[in-house]
Amino acid sequence: MTAILSVDRLTKTYAGGFTALDDVSLDIREGEILALLGPNGAGKTTLISTVCGITQATSGHVTVGGHDTITAYRAAREMIGLVPQEINLEPFEKVINTVRFSRGLFGRPRDDAYLEKILRQLSLWDKKDEPIRSLSGGMKRRVLIAKALSHEPRVLFLDEPSAGVDVELRRDMWAVVRQLQEDGVTIILTTHYIEEAETMADRIAVINGGRILLVEEKAALMRRMGRKEMRIELKEPVTRIPSALADFGLTLEAEGTRLVYSYDRQASRTGIVRLLSALQETGLTVADVETRQSSLEEIFVGLVTERQSA
Amino acid sequence: MNLTAVAAIYKFEMARTFRTLAQSIVSPVLSTALYFIVFGTAIGSRIEQVEGVSYGAFIVPGLIMLTVLTQSIANASFGIYFPKFIGTIYELLSAPASFLEITAGYVLAAATKALMIGLIILATAYFFVELTIAHPIWMIVFLVLTCLSFSLFGFIIGIWAKNFEQLQLIPLLAVTPLVFLGGAFYSVSMLPPAWQGITMFNPVLYLVSGFRWSFFGMADVPVGWSIVAIFGFLIACLAAIAWIFRTGWRLRA
Ligand SMILES: Nc1ncnc2c1ncn2[C@@H]1O[C@H](COP(=O)(O)OP(=O)(O)OP(=O)(O)O)[C@@H](O)[C@H]1O
Ligand SMILES: [Mg+2]
Repeated sequence: MTAILSVDRLTKTYAGGFTALDDVSLDIREGEILALLGPNGAGKTTLISTVCGITQATSGHVTVGGHDTITAYRAAREMIGLVPQEINLEPFEKVINTVRFSRGLFGRPRDDAYLEKILRQLSLWDKKDEPIRSLSGGMKRRVLIAKALSHEPRVLFLDEPSAGVDVELRRDMWAVVRQLQEDGVTIILTTHYIEEAETMADRIAVINGGRILLVEEKAALMRRMGRKEMRIELKEPVTRIPSALADFGLTLEAEGTRLVYSYDRQASRTGIVRLLSALQETGLTVADVETRQSSLEEIFVGLVTERQSA
Repeated sequence: MNLTAVAAIYKFEMARTFRTLAQSIVSPVLSTALYFIVFGTAIGSRIEQVEGVSYGAFIVPGLIMLTVLTQSIANASFGIYFPKFIGTIYELLSAPASFLEITAGYVLAAATKALMIGLIILATAYFFVELTIAHPIWMIVFLVLTCLSFSLFGFIIGIWAKNFEQLQLIPLLAVTPLVFLGGAFYSVSMLPPAWQGITMFNPVLYLVSGFRWSFFGMADVPVGWSIVAIFGFLIACLAAIAWIFRTGWRLRA
């Protein structure tokens, strides 16, 4: 796949002297969903704003669909839709008018049928004639999404789209995002709900302190970084780990009724078979065995804190 | 050229105007009527005639200028300050539109509204005084150019302003005094010679004078100067706006 968006050695130092982006390079592939993760102040919004032309880069280049965002800003920006993190809307304007305005601003001819489609998708159609100030927070966020989609962008930035949106609507929104991906739209998503990245993203980028720490396929990342755990539930509790099992580095949980074994799935020997046979020799009665993979969240926290302490 | 963007901004701004039509029109019309009563009737009964024109009619061009200047500045400065204030400016900055297109949208809308109000005041004036316009086409040209150039000026103020106080500051501190001292309500020839000299440095004088010439065929300064002055101001404002958008001054972090 080709890169539809290419960030090349982008640096942003704000007027106060703070460097929010430090030599960031990143290629985004056409049609993918990339989740951009990072703690507060990591530089996610700054990266998005610089790509979209809201802040000026100190150095570096960005191209969208091969168009430089400075020298060919029209062609580049026509391709981009942006859902900002802050809810910035004209309070007295009707929903439909602000969405229509956005489409016009991006140079597209009026197309009410298309706008109806996206407003329906976002469950906003029955609110179309309401002034924005009468909408709830979650509805306002969906108005922002409708505005961003109004000009049929090829690349969509979603800066924390699910903040303040309830669970059900969040799922609706994910469905909309999936549909967009099927239509060929490339999506860059920032979120603090790691679960969201885990369900949605094809690739994960982690940014911290203005630097990209990693960009990787989600599946590969979870395979590589994810520790697996085997949990052995015991019928009868034990007070300590039997000496026969001392070599496995087990931990005892749930008041002595659960043994937890962590292993690396990539390793040539996981040690599972050895553990199970050793377990049999102890004569303990096993009620259940389950394995689970550490979540993206655990990976993410591990990554960010590890770099911070380094 | 992204003309669709210009049209979108223009329509959006005009929709705001029409939503608040009553308050947009009532207050300038009311204050103009008050001026006619106070200046035209009370003072006019003592002055009677200025260079062959009844005082009531004489102040009409100045009154229209006063309103059109303040309206142009207020409309355009608010038009661009408001998106900055509520944060919707992000959309303008990320749109595939040049500074010219964005400025054109806001400035044309602000100028349209000011022009509408100017014409309404002219119509109101007919209720109070007898008027004949000597050069109607020039009258419209002056009016339109004034609306455009001061809307541009207002647009700059709106970008410059960091809060609502600053937004009000220039119109209050500079524009209103300049209009009053620019011969809106008197002929410069009525002033003592020293003041006449000082007044020549007041840019608004050239506007009021040219505009009054289009009504009555008489002026404080040659009408050619008025035209040069208004175009000079227009070009200066355009240059300032081009610089603002190129550097992102007060717009882009
Ligand atoms: N206009 C600005 N002027 C100066 N510093 C800024 C400005 N905007 C952001 N910063 C700083 O740049 C850093 C990155 O901010 P940014 O908004 O990009 O973070 P973020 O990753 O989006 O965080 P969050 O998850 O909280 O949204 C922060 O330290 C912030 O204080
Ligand atoms: Mg942010």
